[in-house]
Amino acid sequence: MKRLGMRRLAVPAARLGVLIVVIGGWQLATRSGTSPYFLPPSAIVSSMYHQWFDGPASHLWLTTDATGNLLPSIGRMLAGLVIASLAGVALGVAIGRVRVLAELTEPLVHFGRAIPPPVVVPFFLFLFKIGAPMEVASIAFGVIWPVLVNTIDGARHVHPGQLETARAFRIGPVQRLVRVILPAAAPKIFAGLRLGLALALILMIVSEFQGSTEGIGYEVDTAQSTLDMSVVWGALVLIGVLGVVLNAIFAVAERRALAWQRGSARIE
Amino acid sequence: MTAAARRVCLGVAGVLLAFGLAQFALWAGGVDQAVFPLPSTVVGSAADMLRDGSFWTATIQTLTSWAEGLGIAVGFGVLVGLVLGTLPWAESAVRPLVEFLRPLPSVILLPLVLLIVQESHETEVVLIVLAAVWPVLINTMYGIAEVDPVATQTLQSFGFSPWAVAWRVSLPSAAPFIATGVRIAASLAFVVAVAVELIGSGMNGLGSYLVQQQGGTAGVVPLLAVAALSGLLGLLLNAVLMGADRRVFRWHHLRTAAADAV
Repeated sequence: MKRLGMRRLAVPAARLGVLIVVIGGWQLATRSGTSPYFLPPSAIVSSMYHQWFDGPASHLWLTTDATGNLLPSIGRMLAGLVIASLAGVALGVAIGRVRVLAELTEPLVHFGRAIPPPVVVPFFLFLFKIGAPMEVASIAFGVIWPVLVNTIDGARHVHPGQLETARAFRIGPVQRLVRVILPAAAPKIFAGLRLGLALALILMIVSEFQGSTEGIGYEVDTAQSTLDMSVVWGALVLIGVLGVVLNAIFAVAERRALAWQRGSARIE
Repeated sequence: MTAAARRVCLGVAGVLLAFGLAQFALWAGGVDQAVFPLPSTVVGSAADMLRDGSFWTATIQTLTSWAEGLGIAVGFGVLVGLVLGTLPWAESAVRPLVEFLRPLPSVILLPLVLLIVQESHETEVVLIVLAAVWPVLINTMYGIAEVDPVATQTLQSFGFSPWAVAWRVSLPSAAPFIATGVRIAASLAFVVAVAVELIGSGMNGLGSYLVQQQGGTAGVVPLLAVAALSGLLGLLLNAVLMGADRRVFRWHHLRTAAADAV
């Protein structure tokens, strides 16, 4: 028991140690200020604070820079994610369950997924001009393919016994979809969403670099032209944190949604 | 009709159907051709590009950066994944660092890396490596963790060094997992390559070729043609990697009969 307790403490201690060594080493190496491009962590944090989190308490301490640039970026990314997930799951279940549909669309789906999503950003820029719709469309285009492909795969491979049982109990098509097909496809759908999340972050940046008047990517783009390294580093840290937070939320949601799965897998 | 023949026939029919429907709807609906050009116009423009030397130059530039970046990412990812997979304490110590760096979209680093490296091609390769290394590293780690402990312990008890064990048992048995990581990394590397060329100034490749087509007199047609051609290129890259994976790891696919989903 005692050893187990020690080990439980040792891992977080080791992690903390590594972080301290990395950040501390970074600070020591850059403190002298010999490189104009590498800033010490203390300078990055203080610049981030003044730029984004120095606002009035009534705005949750966010500055106007933060509410004008960070929130729209995050909002557009979430909008793109949600639209693409809903569309991808709906289409994916239909294609996955109807054999003829799957055979008809197979080459088209493979082709769509093979297009590197950044190449459609100029088309969306032409279509929607500069603004939120163009960015949401770009992000949604990137996210929909992995979700679609994985949902098709998940929906196609529902265990026939489960479907026959549902039919034998005269469970209607809607219930069958919600209670049998979607749960069975859920692990695959989550795998697709995980890939989609990475693409959503890339496309958020690309679409803001391509044409935008606000957003995190836009801030970095303008900071680059004025060689303002503190903004570049600040945005980098912020996006890193955003990625960690999104991944963590996602992991919790996945674990909750798939909790029943681990039990059934054990029985098998 | 066999299942394979049916698949091919219906697949071709689906493509023709989608093409024909889009063509007819856009033509009959009187949609503004400047915004939604006819599919036939786009195909014509793509065919012109295929006869154009500058398109091929751009494609080769993109593929060169892709291959260099992917190669470095695979070498580095397998090596580090092997070390972290064999030493659990090292893995748990650096995990927070990995968890922070992994979701970081490497394109955000473009301005910084460009300033530091000062050379557009090298910048592109660095950013590709930073994006593509993670799937390889993580899959290598998982693969190493799945290695049958009896096999490794057997070699250890015969006095093989840890590196010999890694080389003779761990790496070969983790190889199918690593291959999956490489395929994910390859498509991510292609996305990042095009993205960097698109948003970075002074880059060379398909992305910058696309930028040159932007705002031209032909409007939206060449933009869609480039998208379609890069989709075909992506299909080709996928097919090559899938084929290699199937051929090399035939034994593994037969054993697990796992569906390729990723």
